[in-house]
Amino acid sequence: MAMAMAMSRSNAGRGIRLMSTSGWWKAVEPAPKDPILGVTEAFLADTDPNKVNVGVGAYRDDQGKPVVLQSVREAERRILGKENMEYLPMGGSVKMVEESIKLAYGENADVLKDKRVAAVQALSGTGACRLFAEFQKRFRPESQIYIPVPTWANHHNIWRDANVPQRTFHYYHPETRGLDFASLMDDVKNAPNGSFFLLHACAHNPTGVDPTEEQWKEISYQFKVKNHYPFFDMAYQGFASGDTDRDAKAIRIFLEDGHQIACAQSFAKNMGLYGQRVGCLSVICDDAKQAVAVKSQLQQIARPMYSNPPVHGALLVYSILSDPDLKALWHKEVKVMADRIIGMREALRGNLENLGSPLSWNHVTDQIGMFCYSGMTPEQVDRLTSEFHIYLTRNGRISMAGVTTGNVEYLANAIHEVTKSSEKELKAGAV
Amino acid sequence: MMGKNSSACSFEEKESDKSLSVAGRRIGSLVRQLAATSMEGQADRDGDLRFQPTAGSAVSAFQHLEQAPEDPILGVTVAYNKDPSPVKLNLGVGAYRTEEGKPLVLDVVRQAEELLIQDRSRYKEYIPIAGLVEFNKLSAKLILGDGSPAIGEKRVATAQCLTGTGSLRVGAEFLSKHYSQHIIYIPVPTWGNHPKIFNLGGLSVKTYRYYDPRTSGLDYEGMLEDLHAAPPGAIVLLHACAHNPTGVDPTQDQWEGIRQLIRLKGLLPFFDSAYQGFASGSLDADAYSVRLFVGDGGECLIAQSFAKNMGLYGERVGALSIVCRSATVATRVESQLKLVIRPMYSSPPIHGASIVATILSDRNLYYNWTVELKNMADRIISMRHQLYDALKARGTPGDWSHIIKQIGMFTFTGLNKDQVSFMTAEYHIYLTSDGRISMAGLSSKTVPHLADAIHAAVLRLG
Repeated sequence: MAMAMAMSRSNAGRGIRLMSTSGWWKAVEPAPKDPILGVTEAFLADTDPNKVNVGVGAYRDDQGKPVVLQSVREAERRILGKENMEYLPMGGSVKMVEESIKLAYGENADVLKDKRVAAVQALSGTGACRLFAEFQKRFRPESQIYIPVPTWANHHNIWRDANVPQRTFHYYHPETRGLDFASLMDDVKNAPNGSFFLLHACAHNPTGVDPTEEQWKEISYQFKVKNHYPFFDMAYQGFASGDTDRDAKAIRIFLEDGHQIACAQSFAKNMGLYGQRVGCLSVICDDAKQAVAVKSQLQQIARPMYSNPPVHGALLVYSILSDPDLKALWHKEVKVMADRIIGMREALRGNLENLGSPLSWNHVTDQIGMFCYSGMTPEQVDRLTSEFHIYLTRNGRISMAGVTTGNVEYLANAIHEVTKSSEKELKAGAV
Repeated sequence: MMGKNSSACSFEEKESDKSLSVAGRRIGSLVRQLAATSMEGQADRDGDLRFQPTAGSAVSAFQHLEQAPEDPILGVTVAYNKDPSPVKLNLGVGAYRTEEGKPLVLDVVRQAEELLIQDRSRYKEYIPIAGLVEFNKLSAKLILGDGSPAIGEKRVATAQCLTGTGSLRVGAEFLSKHYSQHIIYIPVPTWGNHPKIFNLGGLSVKTYRYYDPRTSGLDYEGMLEDLHAAPPGAIVLLHACAHNPTGVDPTQDQWEGIRQLIRLKGLLPFFDSAYQGFASGSLDADAYSVRLFVGDGGECLIAQSFAKNMGLYGERVGALSIVCRSATVATRVESQLKLVIRPMYSSPPIHGASIVATILSDRNLYYNWTVELKNMADRIISMRHQLYDALKARGTPGDWSHIIKQIGMFTFTGLNKDQVSFMTAEYHIYLTSDGRISMAGLSSKTVPHLADAIHAAVLRLG
């Protein structure tokens, strides 16, 4: 009683300021700029008419414009005015999730028939990875995650914030700009039995280097021998080859071999639904009962993070995947995007070869998906930017989505200019 | 297409391919090695490795995992759905319902959606990590008020988050990374999800007294005592208005007392504002507590939700604002917020925030929104009065004035678990076992039925 009276009676109370005047956030350091988004910012600030943005990780058409797929526009039109915006369940839209896992595992997959897949809607690929990382921490607290070198930078952040220790495994081979398969297999064999591995299902980000089908089979076999846990990040299904089944081949191989995998799916690129944040996390289980239990636990992780996922994007995905006509249209549109990128790869390589570049550019067409790991050094990248107003990340990653028939020659010329003198280094064996 | 990165090969290829790379030859020998030593694989005549899964599959990595318990709040709706009774009533759900018991999509929301679909120049790609800039500005203005000095002095760092839950979680993770104190005090009782959000966000949770069951009101003295005993710098969760689940809010004088104590002790306030405009019908009145604190120049965190006041539940729209002492600090804080968000979901969903920004930035839509908002709040207040009157009319024992004193979507009836079970079993009324009812689930037609049930429960098990 006394305290309350004192508080309300005190006239001086109105003048009470903070106990300390220095504030609580003085120690907060400015965060480093995101390396990828920083590129776009710099590009936007540049006034040169020839500027080219090949840093962006979002699809562009041949006019360099972002694209909204027709199938998405039609889905938007259909749901307009009908969405009731009630809370989704914690695990998200059941209908969307069903379609999503059919897409990943194949409509007739046994795991689906046997109801062995625990699946929840997630906040695109990032959200799916984070849910899994938290799940891994909670139920396999002694485990760590093996991450390929290189990988999408945010993978490291995700498992770090989930407090799961990280290891790396060999993946990219700088000398060949291809896969370092032998070292990869060594790492798989040397890891303790039952280790968790992060695998890019297709269109590896940032290198564009994927294992062949035969290599996937060997990896799968060795995983069985070692009882490793395969976690697939599939952000580009359909977007890589133009064929959704083909791009899921690695997953299908692992399924055939009896692995119980987990998979993060994103609809950001293949449906162009970047801002809607729609994805799916699925975990294959022993049986239907366990799948129910696992799903309930995944929901428990989502609840204190965002309670339940956003409904709009899920409705779009469901509308498209559940309607045969819209789905067929979508497949066509995905192939158009993939084909354009493949065409630009061929054009870039062709141009570089015609310019008489002393270096090999096979990797431009060998690699797949949105990104090309050019092999350029940070210094060469800096020259591309300062002399030619071409923007890309300093690891030499080119987003082929930013390449158009209008700028591919300019781009090739510039790359040739900054790399032709490295012939000397190549001959000296330094590259 | 798997990519033609290196030449994995079969036996026959190897023999004849003179230009095989070093890697290719190495792989060939690896294949042979595996074929020779494998226990589970069977190399066929050509040396290709064919995998034959063992009969017993490896034990699942998550074998030991158990089914999680049902969410207590959502479990109520599950039970309700199973009940075949024609007079069943769902008073568990925290979502607004019309007089007809239907969910409501606001007219302004539908109009905003129409405008958005026509606008071909909209964002087609990722929105920034911290969300839509316009939305962030308008959200901060809404809660802090037009002409708030904190905004004018650029001292507010705002990030679009996934409604209240997401804003609280991002705020908690930010605090656990950058703030010296990792203890947060939460009121008793509070929304069931609060402790989990803060724990998983890296904070440890303590409580302060809040609800007084004897008065069905605020235990003001107890609250001040507990906050007084908190260590300096501790974080304090405050419900900005319409406390969930009790509906009990401090008076303006009490808020001033709370503010003085918090500033005196150097505690850090973290506001959860989930019902602005929805509680009293007035956006400004419902922001009183937040503005009182910000007005003294001090720092605080604010989690805003547009789930109820714009009916955008499933779109997950909200914002976290951190009011700082200076603009430079606010800029740094915003940059660090992005580092929390990026590994959680990269960037927030665009749709709901676009709707909110459209409404808040258009004078007509904004005005119409305030009208619709007042209608929702008024209907709920009317239900409170009708229920109170119905209980008085029946002469139900006890003081039921708290029903009209409490504010917001929920009423903490004061009924105990047994009485609640009785009401469910005999009257098919579904509510959470703590006696909380959602006024939004009531209508003029169903009030009598509820009043009968409460009356019977109190008489039978009082």
